[in-house]
Amino acid sequence: MSSLVSAIVIIGTLGSLLVFFLILHLNRHIARPGETTGHVYDGIEEYDNPLPSWWYWAFLLSIIFSVGYLLWYPGLGNFAGLAGWTKVGELEQTMAEAEARYSPIFAQYRETAVEELVTDADALKIGRRLYATNCSVCHGATGQGSYGFPNLTDEEWLWGGSGEQIKTSILQGRMAMMTPWLGVLGEQEVHDVASHVMSMAGRDMDEAEVARGQQTFMTYCVACHGQDGKGNVFLGAPDLTNEIWLYGNSRLHIEHTIKQGRSGVMPAFGKQLGDDKVHILAAYVKSLSRSNPEQSE
Amino acid sequence: MNAFIEKNLPALLALILIAVSFGGAIEILPLMTQDVVTEPIEGLEPLSPLELEGRDIYIREGCNNCHSQMIRPLRAEVERYGHYTVAGELVYNHPFLWGSKRTGPDLARVGGRYSDSWHRAHLFDPRSVVPESNMPAFPWIFERELDGSTTARKLEVLRTLGVPYTDEQIASAAESVAGKSEAEALIAYLQQLGTLIQERR
Repeated sequence: MSSLVSAIVIIGTLGSLLVFFLILHLNRHIARPGETTGHVYDGIEEYDNPLPSWWYWAFLLSIIFSVGYLLWYPGLGNFAGLAGWTKVGELEQTMAEAEARYSPIFAQYRETAVEELVTDADALKIGRRLYATNCSVCHGATGQGSYGFPNLTDEEWLWGGSGEQIKTSILQGRMAMMTPWLGVLGEQEVHDVASHVMSMAGRDMDEAEVARGQQTFMTYCVACHGQDGKGNVFLGAPDLTNEIWLYGNSRLHIEHTIKQGRSGVMPAFGKQLGDDKVHILAAYVKSLSRSNPEQSE
Repeated sequence: MNAFIEKNLPALLALILIAVSFGGAIEILPLMTQDVVTEPIEGLEPLSPLELEGRDIYIREGCNNCHSQMIRPLRAEVERYGHYTVAGELVYNHPFLWGSKRTGPDLARVGGRYSDSWHRAHLFDPRSVVPESNMPAFPWIFERELDGSTTARKLEVLRTLGVPYTDEQIASAAESVAGKSEAEALIAYLQQLGTLIQERR
């Protein structure tokens, strides 16, 4: 702030302390001790006595304290205070203390591969907390996912399930893009492709529809989902040959997905969490899909 | 003197007024004259017309009653929400939406944290993605459309308050929001919140 404003603040603050003190001090002694104020209310009279001395001294001490406070902490305009205290400085100090305390804990896990960490109970405990804070909002408290948000407890990995692939997903985020096909295919072909897709997932479908749908699939869908419909982890294209459906398993849902397309987005958490935390988090996420972590140890 | 002031109401009022405004001035004046409070941080742009409409829906639906937009410089908050809020980010906010109560989480840096489709699902029915949530659902914002009839006026008013909208922005404001759903506007607003400061501290 400008030195003029600073001066106003300093003079105003110290000036009011002085005025408080003067008012307090000048009222300490009164002219007519032992006499009443002269008022009579229903026969009740009032002595004109000075302030009780405990009260006077408490007030005086609080004024003295405030002067010390204003000297120690920033409060008087541009004067930074003798302690050099700032709110941000305090934050940075607590952050540095936390860093010194916790970074060795993270460091000991850094060298261990994610695949090994999934059996480390202590690392998973840290991972569970990180997960609850950052991931559960979309993927659910137990990793069960929901419509449009992948289940992390099954063996299906849109972008790959190795430790490194999971880490990349968390650090950099993912952006899946299924383009809308209604304009290209038309209603009937969408219907047939849906039949083919459902038959790949093991359902009994009309054979003529499946045959027609397969042709369309081989023309348009193979590029991402592959000839056998197994998907492609480099594009986030899902495996279509199982009964795991991110966007619903009914014909209605599947046709809707083909017609309108989908664009699933996993936000990037690298900047926010940093490599070390993501490393442990990836291990926790990977541990979610192990059939029974306790037994396999 | 005490006796005089106690028995003379106008004098008492005048002295109270002086004391209060004196204290107020000492606290408020410094804030009004500090660059760190009044100058925008580097790269800060006024909200686009769509984001601005989204902000008004945020206010209309009372989001600020349960969600603050103020990350305090405390380790617990910085770890959870990101870099603490700085005044320079908020110089174009009229009025501020700091909030004073967190029934839900702070939203000062929610931008980019979740995908657009998450926001759609969550606003339509919060429990579809967060089963334990007690946030109300806002399904009507998906049906209601913006017509943009007041958008240009809003930009003009904000310009009188010092938000640097250009004439072109004001001229094209109605056009750029007309026909969009309220949900689109709200999500556009949410997705830019706090994105200018990326690092954690």
